[in-house]
Amino acid sequence: MNRLIVSPSPHVHSGDSVKKNMYGVIIALLPALAASLWFFGLGALIVTLTSVVACVLFEFLIQKYILKQPASIGDGSAAVTGLLLAFNLPTNIPLGIILIGSAVAIGIGKMSFGGLGQNPFNPALVGRVFLLISFPVQMTSWPLPLASRASYLDATTGATPLSVMKEGLATGRPFSEVMGDVPSYLDLFLGVMGGSAGEIAGVALVIGLIYMLWTKIITWHIPVAVVGAVAAFTGVLHLIDPAAYASPLFHVLTGGVLLGAIFMATDYSSSPMSVKGMLVYGVGIGVITVLIRTYGSYPEGISFAILIMNMFTPLIDKYIKPKRFGEVIKSKA
Amino acid sequence: MLKTFSLGGIHPAENKLSAGSPVEVLPIPAVVSVPVSQHIGAPGEPVVKKGDAVKVGQLIAKTTGFVSSNIHSPVSGIVDKVDEILDASGYKRKAIIIKTDGDVWDEHIDLSPELKRDITLSAEEIVKRIGEAGIVGLGGATFPAQVKLSPPPGKVCEVLIINGVECEPYLTSDHRLMLEKGEAMLVGVQILMKALNVNKAIIGIENNKKDAIAHIEKLAAGFTGITVQPLKVQYPQGGEKQLIDACINRQVPSGKLPIEVGAVVHNVGTAYAVYEAVQKNKPLVERIVTLTGLSVKKPGNYLVRIGTPISAIIEAAGGLPEDTGKIVGGGPMMGKALTSIEVPVTKGTSGILILPKKIASRGIVENCIRCSKCVSVCAMGLSPYLLMTLAEKAIWDMAEEEKIMDCIECGSCSYTCPSSRPLLDYIRLGKGKVGQIMRSRTK
Repeated sequence: MNRLIVSPSPHVHSGDSVKKNMYGVIIALLPALAASLWFFGLGALIVTLTSVVACVLFEFLIQKYILKQPASIGDGSAAVTGLLLAFNLPTNIPLGIILIGSAVAIGIGKMSFGGLGQNPFNPALVGRVFLLISFPVQMTSWPLPLASRASYLDATTGATPLSVMKEGLATGRPFSEVMGDVPSYLDLFLGVMGGSAGEIAGVALVIGLIYMLWTKIITWHIPVAVVGAVAAFTGVLHLIDPAAYASPLFHVLTGGVLLGAIFMATDYSSSPMSVKGMLVYGVGIGVITVLIRTYGSYPEGISFAILIMNMFTPLIDKYIKPKRFGEVIKSKA
Repeated sequence: MLKTFSLGGIHPAENKLSAGSPVEVLPIPAVVSVPVSQHIGAPGEPVVKKGDAVKVGQLIAKTTGFVSSNIHSPVSGIVDKVDEILDASGYKRKAIIIKTDGDVWDEHIDLSPELKRDITLSAEEIVKRIGEAGIVGLGGATFPAQVKLSPPPGKVCEVLIINGVECEPYLTSDHRLMLEKGEAMLVGVQILMKALNVNKAIIGIENNKKDAIAHIEKLAAGFTGITVQPLKVQYPQGGEKQLIDACINRQVPSGKLPIEVGAVVHNVGTAYAVYEAVQKNKPLVERIVTLTGLSVKKPGNYLVRIGTPISAIIEAAGGLPEDTGKIVGGGPMMGKALTSIEVPVTKGTSGILILPKKIASRGIVENCIRCSKCVSVCAMGLSPYLLMTLAEKAIWDMAEEEKIMDCIECGSCSYTCPSSRPLLDYIRLGKGKVGQIMRSRTK
C-alpha cells in the first residue's frame, strides 16, 4: 500500500506564497513604470534596469559569498527593492550612484538584518536616503517630463513642484505668484511634473493600489491613513491661511506621497501587524511628512517620515494589539 | 447581508463533493474494533470480556467519571478480545474487538420507523438517558453531551444554539442529516430545550446549504421556539464561540464557557442522536460518515456502525485512489491525519477525507515576511506570528499574556501563511506547555 503522509492540521493551504505577493507588487508597479518610461524615456529605462539588476545581483553575491546561504532572489523581493529604489531616484543619476544605492539598500537595509522579512527599515528608502545625504546635488536635479526622453545624463532638468514652492517662498515672492509656476492639478495627477522616476504619475500609482487591494496583497489601512493625515494636516493649515499654505490636494499629489503611502510605507516587514497599529503608523507618517515640508529644510519629506515611523513599528506592535475576541463584552442584544 | 462572526475567518474552497449523495447504509463488517476512548474525558471501563455474547446496543464499556461516556456494542456477536489497537490518534489504545454474528438488537430498543414527537420524560430523566446512551458531541469535538446539559450552579441557559454550520470544506454528513432526518432532529432539539429549560433554539446553517435552510425552516414552523439562522459561508463558523457570536451577537469571554453568555451549543447530529436515545431508547452505535476527496470515485455519505474499519467505507466509495497521499479523519482544516486505513470509525468521525499526493504535503517554510495575514484571519483576534515565535523560543509567560490559550486551533493562520510557516503546530505546543504551567499554579 501507499505510504501515508501524516502531519498535524490544517491539511490544506491557501496557495498563497512569498513569490505571489512579491510578483504581485511588481505587477502593481508596472503602471507607474510605464508612466516613468513615457515621461522620462531612456533615463528611466537605464536607471530602473540598473537598480533592479544591481539589487538582485548584490543579494545573490551576499548570500553566496558572505552568508553562504541558498539563493532567495527567485522570490522577487530583491527585484521589488530594486524597482522601488529606482522609483525614488532622478532619471539622470549616474550609474555609479545607483550601484552604491543598491548596495546600501540590499546590503545594509536588508541582508545585514537577516534578509527577507527581517529588515526594520524599508530597504529601498535606506538606499535612497543614504544617497540623498551623500550626493545631495545629483539627487536633487530633476529631469523635466517629456522634455528629453532620448537623453540620460544630459537630460534637461528643472524643479519639482514642491521645490518651486519652497524656494519661491524663501525668496520672499508672494504665495499666489509662486503657485502660479506649478503645474495644474490634472498635470500633477497624470504625472506631468519634475520628480523621481516613479513618484510622479498619481493615476498609475492608484491603479497599482487598486490591484494590490483586489489581490489582497495589502489592506487599505496604511495608504489611507498616510494620505488622510497629509490631507487633514495640510487642509487645516490651508484653511487657517490659504495665502501661505498650499491646498491638501497639491500636497497629496506631489513629492512622492502616493508612492510612499502605497508602496513604501506598506513594506511588510517594516510596518505594524495590527489594523489599529497600521492606522497609527500611517497617521504618524502623514504628520511627520507635513512637519518636514512645512517647517523643515527639505521640500518633501515622506522618505524620512517613513523611516522614522519604521523605528516605531516594534513599539507599536508591542503596545497596540489586535482587538481580541470576547475582550469587550457586547451588549446583550 | 447575512450574519457571520465578527473577527477574522477564511473561505477555503468548499469542495462539498458529496452534498447531493443520499446517505447509504454500509453493510455491517465481520469484525468491529470499538475503542474505549472515543470522547473527551476519561476512557470507558470495559464491562465485557473475551467470549461474551453481545447484542447491538448492549453496554460494553461504562463511564468512569463526570466527563466520560458509556460505550455500547455496535453489532451483535462475540467479544473476540480486549486489546490495544491503532486508532485515529495514531497511538495504540484499548479497544473491544467483536466478531459479528447476525444483527440482533437489544430488545429495549424501539426499531420502528415511526416518528415519535411526544416528549414524555422529565428534564432530569432526559439528561440521565442521554448520559446512559453514550451521546457525545458529534460535530467532532466528542464532548459528553450530558455534561453540557448540566449548567453549573448559578448559570442560566437562555438560548440553545444548534450547529448546522458544517464549515469544514468537503464534509456533508450534517447537511445530509438535516435533509433526511430533519424532523427527528428537530424533535431532538425540542428534547434538548426541555432538558435545558429554555424556550428558544436557533439553528445556524451556512448559506451554501440553501436546500437544508429551506427544508428545516419549513419543518421548524411545526415546532415552537425553533428558528433557523442562515449564515454567510465563513470558516471557522462552526467553532462554538464563533457560532454564538454569529447567531446572537454575544462574545464568550476569554477562558469562559458559552453558558457565561447564556448559550449552550449542540450539533445537529447530536440533536438527532438525542432524539434516538430519548424517544427510541437507542444508544449511539452508528453515525453518518462522509467519505470524500478529489480523486475518490464515488464520494458519498454512509451510515456506519461505530468500530467499522475505514477501509470498508473506502471500498464502498470505489476503493483507495492511486494518487492517495494522506487520509484525514475529519475535515481538512481540523481533522487528524490517519496512519492506517484500518483505524475504526468512532463517535467523532464526521468524515474521511482522502487527499491526493499533490496537495498532501506542506510547502517549504520561508521567513516570516510580517504580511500580517495571520493576524487578519485569526477568529480569536490573536497574533499567530508572535505566538509561534514565543513558543519557538519557549517564552511561556509572554505566550500566556498574549492569550495563547484562547486559540481554538482552527488552522486559519497556517492555511493563510504565504511562507507556509507551521504557525498552529507551534501554537499547539505552546498551549500544551502554558496549560500545564497554569494548572500547576492553581494546585
